[in-house]
Amino acid sequence: MTAATGLVAATSGKDLWYLSRGSGLVLLVVLTAVFVLGIVARANWAPRGTQRFVLQGLHRTLSLFAVALLSLHVVTAILDPYVSIGWLATVVPFLSPYKTVWIGLGTLAIDLGGAVLATSLLRRHLGFRSWKAVHWLAYLAWPAAFLHSLKAGGDLSLGWVSAVVWGCAAAVGLAAGVRVLVASRDPGDDRVGRAPRGEVKPAPARPLVGARSASSR
Amino acid sequence: MTLPAPVPVGVGTRPATPCGARADTYRLKVDMIACDGRGLCAELLPELVRLDDWGFPVLERGGAVPGDLLAVARYAVEACPRLALGLERS
Repeated sequence: MTAATGLVAATSGKDLWYLSRGSGLVLLVVLTAVFVLGIVARANWAPRGTQRFVLQGLHRTLSLFAVALLSLHVVTAILDPYVSIGWLATVVPFLSPYKTVWIGLGTLAIDLGGAVLATSLLRRHLGFRSWKAVHWLAYLAWPAAFLHSLKAGGDLSLGWVSAVVWGCAAAVGLAAGVRVLVASRDPGDDRVGRAPRGEVKPAPARPLVGARSASSR
Repeated sequence: MTLPAPVPVGVGTRPATPCGARADTYRLKVDMIACDGRGLCAELLPELVRLDDWGFPVLERGGAVPGDLLAVARYAVEACPRLALGLERS
């Protein structure tokens, strides 16, 4: 708490307010990147010349970076004396006296995103099905975070801010469209009716033993 | 100040593992029920994993992981989107 009051003393209240709004905007961009990269990963797509594990690595690393940004965003918002939000409201949604609904949506996004992150860190212990079930919550967390930035952030009157925010929405809309397309093409069991990669070759008659070494490919 | 002479990299330079264990004590395993043929393992470990025509992994050398690929193998296990790749002591 002494560090907190020190921070308040060291900066004027306005600095904290700017820092909170700024980190919130950057956080929206980072979370959008994480969300879009996740959708892209599921679609098993990568731009030409990029390997998919690179996008997956970005998805994972940026999600951890988002935690750091989120800490900054939340702590500065709470410490800022200009509005009263309260520490409990960072964990329990809809407790903030200031903009109850819109701050609450941000808290909801923290809770949902926190569940997604925690289960991902424990993925190997949870198993695929449980991990995946919780991971779907990202589809609630991002919209909650977006609505929060739309209504709790007060900078949309600035042209470039609103361009960034709506750009994020457009990116997610595009990626979600692709996701729906992938899901409709690929319902559940991927291996049913799956086409082989490249051109279809007639299967060569292979001996049962030593097929690899005897193969003429 | 002189730098130590560079050690040539290649066969025989790998430090001996304790208890005289061979370097190939880890083996990759694919759970083919869980596997979806996403192919990240082959991107990360082309030395050990190739993909068949349907994109499903085929392990080279019976999945035995040489010591210098162990770190990458662990990464590949973590990277498998379906948790279908495992590493076990053989």
